[in-house]
Amino acid sequence: MKRPPLSVLLPYLWLAVFFALPFVLVAKLSLSHAALAVPPYAPKLDLSHGLAGVADFLRGLDFATYRRLTQDRLYLVAYLSSLGFAGLSTAILLAIGYPMAYGIARCGPRLRPALVMAVILPFWTSFLIRIYAWIAILKPAGLLNLALAALHLPAVTLLDTNAGVVLGLVYAYLPFMVLPLYAVLEKQDESLIEAAQDLGLTPRQAFWRVTFPLSWPGVAAGSLLCFIPMVGEFVVPDLMGGSKTLMLGRTVWTEFFADRDWPAASAVAIVMLVTLVAPIVLAQRRRMALMP
Amino acid sequence: MRRGPSPFGIAAVTGGLAFLYAPIVLLVVYSFNSSQLVTVWGGLSLRWYRALAQDSQMLDAVGVTLRVGLISASLATSLGLLAAIALVRAGRFRGRTLFSGMVYAPLVMPEVILGLSSLLLFVSLKVPRGFWTVTVSHATVTLCYATVVIQARLAGFDRSLDEAAQDLGLTPARAFLAVTLPNIAPAVAAAWMLAFTLSLDDLVIASFTSGPGATTLPMRLYSQVRLGVNPEINAVSTLLIGVVAAGVVAAYLVQQRRRGPDGARVA
Repeated sequence: MKRPPLSVLLPYLWLAVFFALPFVLVAKLSLSHAALAVPPYAPKLDLSHGLAGVADFLRGLDFATYRRLTQDRLYLVAYLSSLGFAGLSTAILLAIGYPMAYGIARCGPRLRPALVMAVILPFWTSFLIRIYAWIAILKPAGLLNLALAALHLPAVTLLDTNAGVVLGLVYAYLPFMVLPLYAVLEKQDESLIEAAQDLGLTPRQAFWRVTFPLSWPGVAAGSLLCFIPMVGEFVVPDLMGGSKTLMLGRTVWTEFFADRDWPAASAVAIVMLVTLVAPIVLAQRRRMALMP
Repeated sequence: MRRGPSPFGIAAVTGGLAFLYAPIVLLVVYSFNSSQLVTVWGGLSLRWYRALAQDSQMLDAVGVTLRVGLISASLATSLGLLAAIALVRAGRFRGRTLFSGMVYAPLVMPEVILGLSSLLLFVSLKVPRGFWTVTVSHATVTLCYATVVIQARLAGFDRSLDEAAQDLGLTPARAFLAVTLPNIAPAVAAAWMLAFTLSLDDLVIASFTSGPGATTLPMRLYSQVRLGVNPEINAVSTLLIGVVAAGVVAAYLVQQRRRGPDGARVA
Protein backbone atom coordinates (compact mmCIF):
# COMPACT_ATOMS: atom_id res chain seq x y z
CA MET A 1 0.00 0.00 0.00
CA LYS A 2 1.60 3.24 -1.08
CA ARG A 3 1.69 6.67 0.46
CA PRO A 4 -1.45 8.72 -0.19
CA PRO A 5 -1.03 11.07 -3.17
CA LEU A 6 -0.50 14.77 -2.52
CA SER A 7 -3.71 15.83 -4.24
CA VAL A 8 -5.79 13.97 -1.68
CA LEU A 9 -4.46 15.83 1.35
CA LEU A 10 -6.63 18.93 1.09
CA PRO A 11 -10.00 17.21 0.47
CA TYR A 12 -9.05 14.53 3.03
CA LEU A 13 -8.39 17.09 5.74
CA TRP A 14 -11.50 19.06 4.79
CA LEU A 15 -13.77 16.03 5.05
CA ALA A 16 -12.08 14.80 8.24
CA VAL A 17 -12.65 18.15 9.99
CA PHE A 18 -16.03 19.15 8.56
CA PHE A 19 -17.67 15.77 7.98
CA ALA A 20 -16.13 13.02 10.16
CA LEU A 21 -15.25 14.99 13.29
CA PRO A 22 -18.81 16.36 13.67
CA PHE A 23 -20.11 12.79 13.98
CA VAL A 24 -17.83 12.22 16.95
CA LEU A 25 -19.37 15.33 18.47
CA VAL A 26 -22.90 14.07 17.79
CA ALA A 27 -22.02 10.77 19.48
CA LYS A 28 -20.51 12.62 22.44
CA LEU A 29 -23.50 14.90 22.80
CA SER A 30 -25.93 11.99 22.71
CA LEU A 31 -24.27 10.81 25.95
CA SER A 32 -24.71 14.20 27.64
CA HIS A 33 -27.67 15.77 29.43
CA ALA A 34 -29.83 18.69 28.42
CA ALA A 35 -29.10 21.70 30.62
CA LEU A 36 -30.21 25.28 30.94
CA ALA A 37 -27.02 26.74 29.56
CA VAL A 38 -25.44 28.03 26.37
CA PRO A 39 -24.90 25.70 24.55
CA PRO A 40 -27.76 23.77 26.22
CA TYR A 41 -26.05 20.60 27.44
CA ALA A 42 -23.73 19.28 30.16
CA PRO A 43 -21.08 18.14 30.93
CA LYS A 44 -18.67 20.25 28.92
CA LEU A 45 -15.10 19.28 28.34
CA ASP A 46 -12.91 21.64 30.39
CA LEU A 47 -9.27 21.31 29.39
CA SER A 48 -8.08 24.06 31.73
CA HIS A 49 -7.99 21.53 34.60
CA GLY A 50 -5.86 19.09 32.60
CA LEU A 51 -6.51 15.37 33.02
CA ALA A 52 -8.83 15.94 35.97
CA GLY A 53 -11.10 17.94 33.64
CA VAL A 54 -11.14 15.08 31.13
CA ALA A 55 -11.93 12.55 33.88
CA ASP A 56 -14.76 14.75 35.22
CA PHE A 57 -16.11 15.06 31.71
CA LEU A 58 -16.04 11.30 31.10
CA ARG A 59 -17.77 10.61 34.42
CA GLY A 60 -20.58 12.93 33.36
CA LEU A 61 -21.40 10.89 30.24
CA ASP A 62 -23.98 8.13 30.33
CA PHE A 63 -26.71 6.45 28.33
CA ALA A 64 -29.60 8.22 30.06
CA THR A 65 -30.74 9.90 26.83
CA TYR A 66 -30.91 6.55 25.02
CA ARG A 67 -32.87 5.05 27.92
CA ARG A 68 -35.26 7.96 27.58
CA LEU A 69 -35.69 7.18 23.88
CA THR A 70 -36.72 3.61 24.67
CA GLN A 71 -39.16 4.71 27.38
CA ASP A 72 -40.99 7.39 25.41
CA ARG A 73 -43.28 5.73 22.88
CA LEU A 74 -43.12 8.81 20.69
CA TYR A 75 -39.65 7.90 19.43
CA LEU A 76 -40.56 4.31 18.64
CA VAL A 77 -43.64 5.46 16.73
CA ALA A 78 -41.57 8.02 14.80
CA TYR A 79 -38.97 5.37 13.97
CA LEU A 80 -41.48 2.80 12.75
CA SER A 81 -43.60 5.29 10.83
CA SER A 82 -40.48 6.69 9.10
CA LEU A 83 -39.68 3.16 7.96
CA GLY A 84 -43.28 2.72 6.83
CA PHE A 85 -43.44 5.98 4.88
CA ALA A 86 -40.05 5.39 3.25
CA GLY A 87 -40.82 1.74 2.45
CA LEU A 88 -44.23 2.42 0.94
CA SER A 89 -42.92 5.37 -1.06
CA THR A 90 -39.99 3.32 -2.36
CA ALA A 91 -42.39 0.61 -3.55
CA ILE A 92 -44.61 3.17 -5.31
CA LEU A 93 -41.51 4.84 -6.80
CA LEU A 94 -40.41 1.49 -8.24
CA ALA A 95 -43.87 0.89 -9.69
CA ILE A 96 -43.88 4.32 -11.39
CA GLY A 97 -40.17 4.70 -12.08
CA TYR A 98 -39.48 1.30 -13.62
CA PRO A 99 -41.98 1.61 -16.52
CA MET A 100 -40.71 5.16 -17.11
CA ALA A 101 -37.05 4.13 -17.21
CA TYR A 102 -37.90 1.12 -19.38
CA GLY A 103 -39.94 3.24 -21.78
CA ILE A 104 -37.14 5.80 -22.11
CA ALA A 105 -34.52 3.09 -22.65
CA ARG A 106 -36.60 1.70 -25.55
CA CYS A 107 -36.76 5.06 -27.34
CA GLY A 108 -34.54 6.02 -30.24
CA PRO A 109 -31.01 7.36 -29.66
CA ARG A 110 -32.02 10.93 -30.50
CA LEU A 111 -35.01 11.07 -28.20
CA ARG A 112 -33.38 9.36 -25.21
CA PRO A 113 -31.02 12.15 -24.02
CA ALA A 114 -33.85 14.68 -24.25
CA LEU A 115 -36.15 12.47 -22.15
CA VAL A 116 -33.43 11.85 -19.57
CA MET A 117 -32.90 15.60 -19.45
CA ALA A 118 -36.63 16.08 -18.89
CA VAL A 119 -36.50 13.71 -15.92
CA ILE A 120 -33.44 15.43 -14.42
CA LEU A 121 -34.65 19.00 -14.86
CA PRO A 122 -37.21 19.06 -12.00
CA PHE A 123 -34.47 17.78 -9.69
CA TRP A 124 -32.54 20.97 -10.40
CA THR A 125 -35.42 23.18 -9.36
CA SER A 126 -35.77 23.83 -5.68
CA PHE A 127 -37.11 20.98 -3.57
CA LEU A 128 -38.94 23.43 -1.33
CA ILE A 129 -40.59 25.10 -4.32
CA ARG A 130 -41.74 21.79 -5.77
CA ILE A 131 -43.36 20.84 -2.46
CA TYR A 132 -44.85 24.33 -2.20
CA ALA A 133 -46.38 23.87 -5.67
CA TRP A 134 -48.28 20.84 -4.34
CA ILE A 135 -49.71 22.81 -1.43
CA ALA A 136 -51.55 25.16 -3.82
CA ILE A 137 -52.93 22.11 -5.63
CA LEU A 138 -53.93 20.02 -2.63
CA LYS A 139 -55.18 22.53 -0.08
CA PRO A 140 -58.91 22.29 0.73
CA ALA A 141 -59.92 25.05 -1.72
CA GLY A 142 -57.01 24.20 -4.01
CA LEU A 143 -56.78 23.51 -7.71
CA LEU A 144 -57.41 19.77 -7.42
CA ASN A 145 -60.66 20.22 -5.52
CA LEU A 146 -61.76 23.00 -7.88
CA ALA A 147 -61.21 20.61 -10.79
CA LEU A 148 -63.07 17.82 -9.01
CA ALA A 149 -65.95 20.17 -8.19
CA ALA A 150 -66.16 21.20 -11.85
CA LEU A 151 -66.53 17.50 -12.73
CA HIS A 152 -69.14 17.06 -9.99
CA LEU A 153 -66.88 14.73 -8.06
CA PRO A 154 -66.51 14.74 -4.26
CA ALA A 155 -63.61 16.73 -2.80
CA VAL A 156 -60.53 14.93 -1.47
CA THR A 157 -58.37 15.84 1.49
CA LEU A 158 -54.71 15.08 0.89
CA LEU A 159 -52.85 17.99 2.44
CA ASP A 160 -51.93 17.48 6.10
CA THR A 161 -52.58 13.75 5.84
CA ASN A 162 -50.30 10.73 5.65
CA ALA A 163 -51.35 10.14 2.04
CA GLY A 164 -50.13 13.66 1.27
CA VAL A 165 -46.73 12.80 2.74
CA VAL A 166 -46.44 9.71 0.52
CA LEU A 167 -47.46 11.74 -2.54
CA GLY A 168 -44.86 14.41 -1.69
CA LEU A 169 -42.11 11.86 -1.16
CA VAL A 170 -42.89 10.05 -4.41
CA TYR A 171 -42.96 13.32 -6.31
CA ALA A 172 -39.73 14.66 -4.85
CA TYR A 173 -37.70 11.47 -5.28
CA LEU A 174 -38.94 10.22 -8.67
CA PRO A 175 -35.84 11.39 -10.61
CA PHE A 176 -33.58 9.55 -8.13
CA MET A 177 -35.42 6.33 -8.90
CA VAL A 178 -35.68 6.68 -12.69
CA LEU A 179 -32.04 7.57 -13.37
CA PRO A 180 -30.26 4.53 -11.87
CA LEU A 181 -32.90 2.24 -13.42
CA TYR A 182 -32.43 3.88 -16.80
CA ALA A 183 -28.62 3.61 -16.51
CA VAL A 184 -28.94 -0.18 -16.16
CA LEU A 185 -31.76 -0.74 -18.66
CA GLU A 186 -30.13 1.35 -21.37
CA LYS A 187 -26.95 -0.77 -21.30
CA GLN A 188 -28.83 -4.03 -21.51
CA ASP A 189 -28.03 -6.14 -24.55
CA GLU A 190 -31.12 -6.43 -26.77
CA SER A 191 -29.96 -9.72 -28.24
CA LEU A 192 -30.54 -11.40 -24.87
CA ILE A 193 -34.25 -10.70 -25.20
CA GLU A 194 -34.24 -11.89 -28.79
CA ALA A 195 -32.49 -15.07 -27.73
CA ALA A 196 -35.02 -15.62 -24.95
CA GLN A 197 -37.89 -15.15 -27.38
CA ASP A 198 -36.25 -17.41 -29.96
CA LEU A 199 -36.17 -20.04 -27.22
CA GLY A 200 -39.93 -19.76 -26.92
CA LEU A 201 -40.55 -17.22 -24.15
CA THR A 202 -43.39 -14.75 -24.61
CA PRO A 203 -42.34 -11.09 -24.38
CA ARG A 204 -43.84 -10.97 -20.91
CA GLN A 205 -41.91 -14.03 -19.75
CA ALA A 206 -38.74 -12.66 -21.34
CA PHE A 207 -39.17 -9.46 -19.37
CA TRP A 208 -39.63 -11.19 -16.02
CA ARG A 209 -36.96 -13.83 -16.56
CA VAL A 210 -34.27 -11.82 -18.38
CA THR A 211 -34.73 -8.04 -18.32
CA PHE A 212 -35.89 -7.64 -14.74
CA PRO A 213 -33.29 -9.89 -13.05
CA LEU A 214 -30.53 -8.18 -15.06
CA SER A 215 -31.76 -4.75 -13.95
CA TRP A 216 -31.49 -5.70 -10.28
CA PRO A 217 -28.43 -3.46 -9.60
CA GLY A 218 -30.45 -0.48 -10.83
CA VAL A 219 -33.43 -1.45 -8.65
CA ALA A 220 -31.12 -1.70 -5.63
CA ALA A 221 -29.32 1.57 -6.39
CA GLY A 222 -32.54 3.48 -7.00
CA SER A 223 -34.19 2.12 -3.85
CA LEU A 224 -31.11 2.95 -1.79
CA LEU A 225 -30.91 6.48 -3.18
CA CYS A 226 -34.53 7.10 -2.26
CA PHE A 227 -35.09 5.08 0.92
CA ILE A 228 -32.40 6.48 3.22
CA PRO A 229 -32.92 10.21 2.58
CA MET A 230 -36.70 9.67 2.79
CA VAL A 231 -36.37 8.14 6.27
CA GLY A 232 -34.75 11.36 7.44
CA GLU A 233 -36.85 13.66 5.32
CA PHE A 234 -37.96 16.86 7.01
CA VAL A 235 -39.51 19.22 4.45
CA VAL A 236 -42.20 16.86 3.10
CA PRO A 237 -43.66 15.64 6.42
CA ASP A 238 -43.43 19.16 7.84
CA LEU A 239 -45.23 20.92 5.01
CA MET A 240 -47.51 18.19 3.64
CA GLY A 241 -48.10 16.05 6.70
CA GLY A 242 -50.47 16.75 9.53
CA SER A 243 -49.42 17.64 13.05
CA LYS A 244 -49.63 13.95 13.92
CA THR A 245 -47.28 12.80 11.15
CA LEU A 246 -44.20 11.59 12.97
CA MET A 247 -40.96 11.03 11.09
CA LEU A 248 -37.41 10.89 12.37
CA GLY A 249 -36.17 13.93 10.46
CA ARG A 250 -38.96 16.00 11.92
CA THR A 251 -38.27 14.59 15.39
CA VAL A 252 -34.62 15.67 15.22
CA TRP A 253 -35.68 19.12 14.03
CA THR A 254 -38.31 19.56 16.77
CA GLU A 255 -36.04 18.31 19.56
CA PHE A 256 -33.38 20.69 18.38
CA PHE A 257 -35.24 23.87 17.51
CA ALA A 258 -38.46 23.75 19.53
CA ASP A 259 -37.48 21.76 22.64
CA ARG A 260 -33.81 22.82 22.71
CA ASP A 261 -33.04 19.23 23.74
CA TRP A 262 -29.76 18.80 21.86
CA PRO A 263 -28.80 15.46 23.47
CA ALA A 264 -32.12 13.90 22.42
CA ALA A 265 -31.76 15.23 18.85
CA SER A 266 -28.23 13.76 18.75
CA ALA A 267 -29.33 10.42 20.13
CA VAL A 268 -32.13 10.14 17.54
CA ALA A 269 -29.59 11.00 14.83
CA ILE A 270 -27.16 8.36 16.10
CA VAL A 271 -29.88 5.69 16.25
CA MET A 272 -30.93 6.56 12.70
CA LEU A 273 -27.32 6.44 11.55
CA VAL A 274 -26.36 3.17 13.24
CA THR A 275 -29.52 1.17 12.55
CA LEU A 276 -30.48 2.45 9.09
CA VAL A 277 -27.88 4.42 7.18
CA ALA A 278 -24.68 2.56 8.04
CA PRO A 279 -25.91 -1.02 7.37
CA ILE A 280 -27.51 -0.12 4.06
CA VAL A 281 -24.52 1.91 2.89
CA LEU A 282 -22.08 -0.85 3.83
CA ALA A 283 -24.18 -3.54 2.17
CA GLN A 284 -24.55 -1.49 -1.00
CA ARG A 285 -21.09 0.05 -1.27
CA ARG A 286 -20.34 -1.75 -4.49
CA ARG A 287 -23.52 -0.44 -6.03
CA MET A 288 -22.55 3.15 -5.34
CA ALA A 289 -20.68 3.23 -8.64
CA LEU A 290 -24.07 3.28 -10.37
CA MET A 291 -25.11 6.57 -8.91
CA PRO A 292 -25.99 9.24 -11.45
CA MET B 1 -31.72 -3.29 -33.47
CA ARG B 2 -33.59 -1.59 -30.68
CA ARG B 3 -37.30 -2.24 -30.30
CA GLY B 4 -39.36 0.89 -29.99
CA PRO B 5 -41.25 1.56 -26.77
CA SER B 6 -44.51 -0.31 -26.25
CA PRO B 7 -47.76 1.66 -25.91
CA PHE B 8 -47.54 0.97 -22.19
CA GLY B 9 -44.00 2.40 -22.15
CA ILE B 10 -45.11 5.54 -23.99
CA ALA B 11 -47.98 5.97 -21.55
CA ALA B 12 -45.65 5.51 -18.56
CA VAL B 13 -43.16 8.09 -19.83
CA THR B 14 -45.82 10.66 -20.76
CA GLY B 15 -47.73 10.12 -17.55
CA GLY B 16 -44.57 10.30 -15.45
CA LEU B 17 -43.39 13.51 -17.09
CA ALA B 18 -46.85 15.05 -16.72
CA PHE B 19 -46.76 14.18 -13.01
CA LEU B 20 -43.31 15.78 -12.69
CA TYR B 21 -44.15 18.97 -14.57
CA ALA B 22 -47.82 19.73 -13.85
CA PRO B 23 -47.24 21.29 -10.39
CA ILE B 24 -44.32 23.36 -11.68
CA VAL B 25 -46.30 24.62 -14.67
CA LEU B 26 -49.26 25.56 -12.46
CA LEU B 27 -46.93 27.37 -10.07
CA VAL B 28 -45.42 29.41 -12.91
CA VAL B 29 -48.82 30.20 -14.47
CA TYR B 30 -50.29 31.39 -11.16
CA SER B 31 -47.32 33.69 -10.54
CA PHE B 32 -48.80 35.87 -13.32
CA ASN B 33 -52.22 35.86 -11.70
CA SER B 34 -53.56 39.28 -10.70
CA SER B 35 -55.79 37.85 -7.98
CA GLN B 36 -54.77 37.80 -4.34
CA LEU B 37 -56.33 34.35 -4.05
CA VAL B 38 -53.84 31.82 -5.28
CA THR B 39 -56.38 29.48 -6.83
CA VAL B 40 -58.71 31.99 -8.46
CA TRP B 41 -57.66 33.23 -11.87
CA GLY B 42 -58.00 37.03 -12.07
CA GLY B 43 -56.23 37.76 -15.34
CA LEU B 44 -52.60 38.25 -16.37
CA SER B 45 -50.55 40.58 -14.24
CA LEU B 46 -47.01 41.30 -13.13
CA ARG B 47 -48.32 42.54 -9.78
CA TRP B 48 -46.44 39.94 -7.71
CA TYR B 49 -43.16 40.61 -9.48
CA ARG B 50 -43.51 44.30 -8.62
CA ALA B 51 -44.28 43.37 -5.02
CA LEU B 52 -41.21 41.16 -5.03
CA ALA B 53 -38.97 43.97 -6.30
CA GLN B 54 -39.96 46.01 -3.23
CA ASP B 55 -39.57 43.21 -0.69
CA SER B 56 -36.16 44.04 0.75
CA GLN B 57 -36.10 41.06 3.12
CA MET B 58 -36.61 38.68 0.22
CA LEU B 59 -33.99 40.46 -1.89
CA ASP B 60 -31.48 40.33 0.98
CA ALA B 61 -32.09 36.61 1.24
CA VAL B 62 -31.50 36.23 -2.50
CA GLY B 63 -28.18 38.07 -2.12
CA VAL B 64 -27.04 35.88 0.77
CA THR B 65 -28.04 32.72 -1.09
CA LEU B 66 -26.16 33.71 -4.24
CA ARG B 67 -23.00 34.56 -2.32
CA VAL B 68 -23.13 31.33 -0.31
CA GLY B 69 -23.72 29.40 -3.54
CA LEU B 70 -20.89 31.03 -5.51
CA ILE B 71 -18.28 30.59 -2.79
CA SER B 72 -19.32 27.12 -1.62
CA ALA B 73 -19.63 25.78 -5.18
CA SER B 74 -16.17 27.07 -6.08
CA LEU B 75 -14.67 25.55 -2.93
CA ALA B 76 -16.49 22.27 -3.49
CA THR B 77 -15.45 22.02 -7.14
CA SER B 78 -11.78 22.72 -6.39
CA LEU B 79 -11.66 20.18 -3.59
CA GLY B 80 -13.78 17.74 -5.60
CA LEU B 81 -11.37 17.96 -8.53
CA LEU B 82 -8.45 17.09 -6.23
CA ALA B 83 -10.45 14.26 -4.66
CA ALA B 84 -11.47 12.86 -8.08
CA ILE B 85 -7.85 12.91 -9.29
CA ALA B 86 -6.80 10.97 -6.19
CA LEU B 87 -9.62 8.44 -6.52
CA VAL B 88 -9.15 7.81 -10.26
CA ARG B 89 -5.38 8.06 -10.70
CA ALA B 90 -3.67 7.20 -7.44
CA GLY B 91 -4.65 3.51 -7.39
CA ARG B 92 -4.72 2.00 -3.93
CA PHE B 93 -3.24 4.16 -1.19
CA ARG B 94 -3.29 4.08 2.58
CA GLY B 95 -6.57 5.48 3.87
CA ARG B 96 -8.38 5.18 0.54
CA THR B 97 -11.30 3.22 1.96
CA LEU B 98 -11.93 5.82 4.64
CA PHE B 99 -11.54 8.60 2.10
CA SER B 100 -13.97 7.17 -0.43
CA GLY B 101 -16.35 6.43 2.43
CA MET B 102 -16.27 10.07 3.48
CA VAL B 103 -16.81 11.13 -0.14
CA TYR B 104 -19.85 8.91 -0.73
CA ALA B 105 -21.54 8.97 2.68
CA PRO B 106 -22.99 12.50 2.48
CA LEU B 107 -24.78 11.55 -0.76
CA VAL B 108 -27.27 9.40 1.13
CA MET B 109 -26.99 10.94 4.60
CA PRO B 110 -30.27 12.49 5.80
CA GLU B 111 -29.91 16.25 5.78
CA VAL B 112 -30.98 16.73 9.39
CA ILE B 113 -28.01 14.63 10.49
CA LEU B 114 -25.60 16.62 8.32
CA GLY B 115 -27.03 19.88 9.61
CA LEU B 116 -26.99 18.86 13.26
CA SER B 117 -23.44 17.49 13.11
CA SER B 118 -22.02 20.58 11.34
CA LEU B 119 -23.71 22.81 13.87
CA LEU B 120 -22.19 20.91 16.79
CA LEU B 121 -18.74 21.35 15.23
CA PHE B 122 -19.16 25.11 15.02
CA VAL B 123 -20.53 25.28 18.55
CA SER B 124 -17.57 23.27 19.90
CA LEU B 125 -15.10 25.45 18.03
CA LYS B 126 -16.98 28.50 19.36
CA VAL B 127 -17.32 29.87 15.84
CA PRO B 128 -20.20 32.37 15.66
CA ARG B 129 -22.88 31.08 13.28
CA GLY B 130 -23.54 33.07 10.15
CA PHE B 131 -22.55 33.42 6.52
CA TRP B 132 -19.30 31.46 6.69
CA THR B 133 -20.63 28.53 8.68
CA VAL B 134 -23.37 27.98 6.08
CA THR B 135 -20.86 28.33 3.25
CA VAL B 136 -18.44 25.80 4.76
CA SER B 137 -21.22 23.29 5.47
CA HIS B 138 -22.55 23.60 1.93
CA ALA B 139 -19.05 23.18 0.50
CA THR B 140 -18.61 20.00 2.56
CA VAL B 141 -21.81 18.36 1.34
CA THR B 142 -21.60 19.48 -2.29
CA LEU B 143 -17.92 18.49 -2.48
CA CYS B 144 -19.14 14.90 -2.58
CA TYR B 145 -21.46 15.48 -5.54
CA ALA B 146 -18.73 17.41 -7.38
CA THR B 147 -16.29 14.54 -6.84
CA VAL B 148 -18.69 11.94 -8.25
CA VAL B 149 -19.40 14.02 -11.38
CA ILE B 150 -15.74 14.80 -12.12
CA GLN B 151 -14.64 11.28 -11.27
CA ALA B 152 -17.00 9.79 -13.86
CA ARG B 153 -15.52 11.92 -16.62
CA LEU B 154 -11.92 11.47 -15.48
CA ALA B 155 -12.31 7.69 -15.42
CA GLY B 156 -13.45 7.77 -19.06
CA PHE B 157 -10.54 9.97 -20.15
CA ASP B 158 -7.73 8.25 -22.06
CA ARG B 159 -4.73 8.60 -19.81
CA SER B 160 -2.22 7.91 -22.57
CA LEU B 161 -2.74 11.46 -23.88
CA ASP B 162 -1.53 12.77 -20.56
CA GLU B 163 1.40 10.34 -20.58
CA ALA B 164 2.34 11.38 -24.10
CA ALA B 165 2.50 15.01 -22.95
CA GLN B 166 4.78 13.97 -20.12
CA ASP B 167 6.99 11.99 -22.53
CA LEU B 168 7.28 15.17 -24.56
CA GLY B 169 8.79 16.88 -21.53
CA LEU B 170 5.92 18.42 -19.59
CA THR B 171 5.90 18.03 -15.83
CA PRO B 172 2.93 16.00 -14.52
CA ALA B 173 1.29 19.17 -13.22
CA ARG B 174 1.67 21.01 -16.53
CA ALA B 175 0.55 17.98 -18.50
CA PHE B 176 -2.55 17.87 -16.33
CA LEU B 177 -3.29 21.55 -16.93
CA ALA B 178 -2.58 21.42 -20.67
CA VAL B 179 -4.15 18.09 -21.60
CA THR B 180 -6.42 16.59 -18.97
CA LEU B 181 -8.10 19.67 -17.57
CA PRO B 182 -9.39 21.03 -20.91
CA ASN B 183 -10.81 17.56 -21.61
CA ILE B 184 -12.66 17.22 -18.34
CA ALA B 185 -13.71 20.90 -18.32
CA PRO B 186 -17.39 20.14 -19.15
CA ALA B 187 -17.59 17.83 -16.15
CA VAL B 188 -15.92 20.42 -13.93
CA ALA B 189 -18.47 22.98 -15.12
CA ALA B 190 -21.31 20.50 -14.55
CA ALA B 191 -19.96 19.77 -11.06
CA TRP B 192 -19.88 23.48 -10.23
CA MET B 193 -23.44 23.92 -11.50
CA LEU B 194 -24.65 20.96 -9.45
CA ALA B 195 -22.91 22.24 -6.31
CA PHE B 196 -24.30 25.73 -6.87
CA THR B 197 -27.85 24.46 -7.38
CA LEU B 198 -27.72 22.22 -4.33
CA SER B 199 -26.53 25.14 -2.23
CA LEU B 200 -29.26 27.39 -3.64
CA ASP B 201 -31.81 24.73 -2.76
CA ASP B 202 -30.80 23.77 0.74
CA LEU B 203 -33.12 24.55 3.63
CA VAL B 204 -32.24 22.05 6.33
CA ILE B 205 -28.46 22.40 6.59
CA ALA B 206 -28.68 26.19 6.29
CA SER B 207 -31.30 26.36 9.07
CA PHE B 208 -28.99 24.48 11.44
CA THR B 209 -25.76 26.31 10.62
CA SER B 210 -26.96 29.83 9.90
CA GLY B 211 -27.06 32.68 12.34
CA PRO B 212 -28.42 36.21 12.56
CA GLY B 213 -28.01 38.23 9.39
CA ALA B 214 -27.46 35.19 7.16
CA THR B 215 -30.99 34.13 6.25
CA THR B 216 -30.93 32.31 2.94
CA LEU B 217 -33.73 32.34 0.38
CA PRO B 218 -35.01 28.83 1.22
CA MET B 219 -35.10 29.78 4.91
CA ARG B 220 -37.13 32.91 4.10
CA LEU B 221 -39.41 30.94 1.74
CA TYR B 222 -39.93 28.24 4.33
CA SER B 223 -41.03 30.70 6.99
CA GLN B 224 -43.50 32.22 4.50
CA VAL B 225 -44.78 28.88 3.19
CA ARG B 226 -45.57 27.83 6.74
CA LEU B 227 -47.90 30.82 6.94
CA GLY B 228 -49.73 29.74 3.81
CA VAL B 229 -49.68 30.02 0.04
CA ASN B 230 -48.84 33.49 -1.22
CA PRO B 231 -48.56 34.67 -4.85
CA GLU B 232 -45.28 36.45 -4.18
CA ILE B 233 -43.69 33.07 -3.41
CA ASN B 234 -44.92 31.92 -6.83
CA ALA B 235 -43.15 34.89 -8.41
CA VAL B 236 -39.82 34.32 -6.70
CA SER B 237 -40.08 30.57 -7.40
CA THR B 238 -40.72 31.24 -11.08
CA LEU B 239 -37.63 33.44 -11.32
CA LEU B 240 -35.54 30.79 -9.58
CA ILE B 241 -36.88 28.02 -11.83
CA GLY B 242 -36.21 30.16 -14.92
CA VAL B 243 -32.61 30.90 -13.96
CA VAL B 244 -31.80 27.31 -13.08
CA ALA B 245 -33.58 25.83 -16.11
CA ALA B 246 -31.76 28.22 -18.47
CA GLY B 247 -28.42 27.31 -16.89
CA VAL B 248 -29.03 23.57 -17.01
CA VAL B 249 -30.28 23.55 -20.60
CA ALA B 250 -27.29 25.68 -21.70
CA ALA B 251 -24.86 23.34 -19.91
CA TYR B 252 -26.57 20.36 -21.52
CA LEU B 253 -26.30 21.82 -25.03
CA VAL B 254 -22.60 22.62 -24.50
CA GLN B 255 -21.94 19.07 -23.34
CA GLN B 256 -23.83 17.57 -26.26
CA ARG B 257 -21.68 19.50 -28.70
CA ARG B 258 -18.44 18.60 -26.96
CA ARG B 259 -19.27 14.94 -26.77
CA GLY B 260 -16.21 13.06 -27.98
CA PRO B 261 -16.14 10.81 -31.05
CA ASP B 262 -15.96 7.80 -28.75
CA GLY B 263 -19.36 8.84 -27.43
CA ALA B 264 -17.92 9.23 -23.93
CA ARG B 265 -20.67 10.63 -21.85
CA VAL B 266 -20.37 13.22 -19.15
CA ALA B 267 -22.15 12.43 -15.93
